[in-house]
Amino acid sequence: MSGFRLDSGGQIDRNQPRTFTFDGRKVSGFAGDTLASALLANGQTLFGRSFKYHRPRGLMSVGSEEPNALVTLTGPDTHEPNARATMVEVVDGLNASSQNRWPSLSVDLLSANQIGGPMLQAGFYYKTFMGPTRKAWRFYERFIRRAAGLGKAAQKPDPDRYEKINSFADLLVVGGGLAGLTAALKAAEKGARVILIDEHARFGGYHRGDPREQDTINSLLERIQAFDNATILPRTTCFGQYDCSTFGLVERVTAHNPTETEFAPCERLHVLRVRHAILATGAIERPLVFPGNDAPGVMLADAIRAYALRFGVSAGKNIVLFTSHDGAYRQLSALQDLGVPINAIVDTRTTISDIAMAQVAATGMQLITGHAVTRVHGYHGIKRVSVAPFDPYTSKINGKERAIECDCLGMSGGWTPSIHLTSQMGGVPEWDSTLHTVLPGKSNGTWSVCGSVAGYFDRDDTIASAETMVEEVLRKLSLSRARKAVTHPEKQDVLNVGPVWSIKGIGGKAFVDFQHDVTADDITIAHQEGFLSVEHLKRYTTLGMGTDQGKLSNINGLALMAEARGLDIPTVGTTRFRPPYTPVSFGALAADARGGHLQPTRRTAMHYWHLDAGAEMIDAGLWKRPRVYRRGSEDLEQAYIREARMTRQSIGIVDVSTLGKINVQGPDAAQFLDRVYSNGFAKLPVGKARYGLMLREDGIVYDDGTTWRLDDTNFLMTTTTAQAAAVLEHMELYLSVHWPDLKVHLTSVTDQWAGAAVAGPKVREMLQIAIPETDFDNEAFPFMAIRHGKTSQGIPVMMCRLSFSGEMAYEVYTPARFGLALWEELHSAGKEMDLVSYGTEALDTLRIEKGHVVNSELNGRTTAEMVGMGAMASKKTPYIGSAMKDRPAFKDRRRHQLVGLVSKSDECVLIGSHLVRNPALKTPCLSLGHVTSATYSPALEKYVALALLENGQELIGRDLYATFPMKGIHVAVEVVDPCFFDKDGERMRG
Amino acid sequence: MLIPCPHCGDRDVSEYSYLGDATIKRPNQEKANPHKWETFVYNRQNPRGPHKELWQHNGGCRLIVEITRDTISHEILSMKATGPHKTGLGK
Ligand SMILES: [Zn+2]
Repeated sequence: MSGFRLDSGGQIDRNQPRTFTFDGRKVSGFAGDTLASALLANGQTLFGRSFKYHRPRGLMSVGSEEPNALVTLTGPDTHEPNARATMVEVVDGLNASSQNRWPSLSVDLLSANQIGGPMLQAGFYYKTFMGPTRKAWRFYERFIRRAAGLGKAAQKPDPDRYEKINSFADLLVVGGGLAGLTAALKAAEKGARVILIDEHARFGGYHRGDPREQDTINSLLERIQAFDNATILPRTTCFGQYDCSTFGLVERVTAHNPTETEFAPCERLHVLRVRHAILATGAIERPLVFPGNDAPGVMLADAIRAYALRFGVSAGKNIVLFTSHDGAYRQLSALQDLGVPINAIVDTRTTISDIAMAQVAATGMQLITGHAVTRVHGYHGIKRVSVAPFDPYTSKINGKERAIECDCLGMSGGWTPSIHLTSQMGGVPEWDSTLHTVLPGKSNGTWSVCGSVAGYFDRDDTIASAETMVEEVLRKLSLSRARKAVTHPEKQDVLNVGPVWSIKGIGGKAFVDFQHDVTADDITIAHQEGFLSVEHLKRYTTLGMGTDQGKLSNINGLALMAEARGLDIPTVGTTRFRPPYTPVSFGALAADARGGHLQPTRRTAMHYWHLDAGAEMIDAGLWKRPRVYRRGSEDLEQAYIREARMTRQSIGIVDVSTLGKINVQGPDAAQFLDRVYSNGFAKLPVGKARYGLMLREDGIVYDDGTTWRLDDTNFLMTTTTAQAAAVLEHMELYLSVHWPDLKVHLTSVTDQWAGAAVAGPKVREMLQIAIPETDFDNEAFPFMAIRHGKTSQGIPVMMCRLSFSGEMAYEVYTPARFGLALWEELHSAGKEMDLVSYGTEALDTLRIEKGHVVNSELNGRTTAEMVGMGAMASKKTPYIGSAMKDRPAFKDRRRHQLVGLVSKSDECVLIGSHLVRNPALKTPCLSLGHVTSATYSPALEKYVALALLENGQELIGRDLYATFPMKGIHVAVEVVDPCFFDKDGERMRG
Repeated sequence: MLIPCPHCGDRDVSEYSYLGDATIKRPNQEKANPHKWETFVYNRQNPRGPHKELWQHNGGCRLIVEITRDTISHEILSMKATGPHKTGLGK
């Protein structure tokens, strides 16, 4: 209990109290507070438990780099884990709870993990669990999963609404500090379309909340707002850069936003394309690595300044700063004036600059130079710290420790430019040995940097760098015609960093990565075990792999690795940053593409008739098709058996509107089809249809269907439902690229025609009633013939006598707008004859009984020979696949061949079963083939199946087993011809 | 990535489908030897840098364009239409 609300200061509205709960306790704050600032003002020190050791952890930062203060936010229907308390704005009724602790935050039994400290050191998971058997992992997994981790994932669907927009601009400015604001204003003045974003609710960056800068910040913002060509987006994070200057931005519209509006989405994803990006992403303060640096109450020094200036909160009642550079001395007197009790400053350097010295003198605080903090005392909060003389050359303690009373310790080892986006854009980070930090490196010309990310840590230089850089960009975009040479300001070393990477010589865990519990010792161990590359180091120790992506740990980790290897930091190199900069919700990425809106739904003209008739629908690609029409208490099997049986007894009708239909037109259409199909089409007479088999260039079967010659130069091709789009694309490629000389035009007409297939012994009787003017006599309307006609109600129809079921059958098509009327008319015509509607299950049963193949058999690995259609192939003219279809391996006798299987018991054969001679063989054993389709056959009154079997044709008559070891099911089967029923086709030819 | 289409202008890559390497020529049906077919069906160069390839604007006008794309930067260096429709289109 050390933080408290100051009497004045901050960008909060003290007249607007806000009440929320944290771990069930009521807490109050003010409008303008974040969850972190409000809790800090209420004296909360403990914010969470660490990932691996369950060590108590406090607030570390004031921004999105926060590694410790992660909370779960819950609403009546919502659950958001791992929200950073520093980024959540306080609203009435907010319900936050701490994570990764059990049973409670202050009493965490799982913190016993740290007693076995060395057990969980670097590589622990790999060494213990990834051994040859992984037995240990299997045993320990459930304990470890409970003990280590972050927040729990949501268990219910997210009720919030998200949206996505595509947007375009000349310039994206990331970061709304003084540099970003300056750049955005100057670009807007020159007429550039600018989008300025900042991840926080308010602009100002580092200077946000500083009363001396507030007028400048407000005035810049107002002037930008005056331009129609400028867009300002607060609460918006640029999480990633993608090819061709495309950026992903997430705008938190109502999420964590107190000014919530009813119709706004929770978050909005912007996919933004720009001509150039200006990155004014600032810098993040670096922790110091010393024992106990993770204790609650130890935080980044600048966060102490920021909590006072932005939120009017003092982080402690007796604050000590620990630093190695001049930056931590900035504004010390301003803080003292606000009432922030900073009483001592410990500096590892022996000398400090005059400006820093003046700050110390003005405040009268104790200055202890040439010392380091060696220990932090107190478990759930700091009681005091130990300091000792420090040798910066060896990083070792060289004198006696003494104690300093305090309840809050601010640490600062320097500042690291936020180069995440520049690194994503291919900028190779460069080490600056004067500033002791990384800089973004060389741009590829699509981005520029200014302000502190570019190494300008002086306030005036920041603004100057933005002005010169934006001028260069505007010239590049031809938006400025100025000619005078642009001179960028010099990078001044205003921080005077005396680099300290770790405090050595005393025991205790000194953390480098707070979120993943990676210590300085872990890095030494990784080095001792031979991990030299920084990329390997990162993966082995999990350094920088948490939700904070190593924002605080990266440079310290690299420096310690360099130290261990005895190299300088640039030689060791840096890891490359990858998106996202901060975690992005799945909701934002999916936006409205969820549920039924994930992809389009295609419905046939008869769709709602099917639903009214009680059809159970099934997805066939984007289409919805009736699966079965159940009657009474029928189960699925009973329903399809009835539908198939009645089709063979009287008439069945099935909606075939979903078949792909392509109009192939032009003087060379017949020649084109000859080349596209493996069998000939040139000689197909007008008014007739033919079954065609398409191969790929490699000789494998691609698709099949019937093609109807409507007149000399006009064909209607049908494809399988699944391959319709692919077949069109395939043929378009040949016409555009390989055979541009052919005069053929392709048009997809799938949606233009509705179709019904009618089949069964009484079908002619029924059609004669429905379509009275057409002669359905066997000679007048022969097999594979096409006829045009109209129904008794005048609906135009185009028919072809072809059969998939093996029955006497016709496909009847009509323009889609008549689809439902035709369907109903056919039903009323067949009413007296027991006409039955059937779905895809019965369709499958009927075709399996006939041994017809579909995509279960034409699976991208089967040749025409394998499915018994080798003889169909044209011998005279070449076609797609003809050159490669006769390769020796395709002719191998052991290659699979299509066969039928009949179950020798009352058991069904499972699709995916393997065919073996002896089911008692231990798996893995040699499989002779596998089952591709299976059904109960009402015609045979047996369970039957189709299978692809090695040398199958010669095994007809043999007994095998269809075995499914995962379910322990082994069915005795007899191998038969794939056509089970009416092999001579008497029923369909009539 | 934006891909230029002579009918529709610069369009997002999600409107296109990739139809493969444009430098591969289909062998003459009647004369080619098996080696040529093998090259046509299976062998691709996967170059680092400029690459000629075919993209179909099947979320738009369905035209197949031949573009030269830098496989590192994704910069589109050139574009032309293919097929009988190409007259007067493209650069
Ligand atoms: Zn187009």
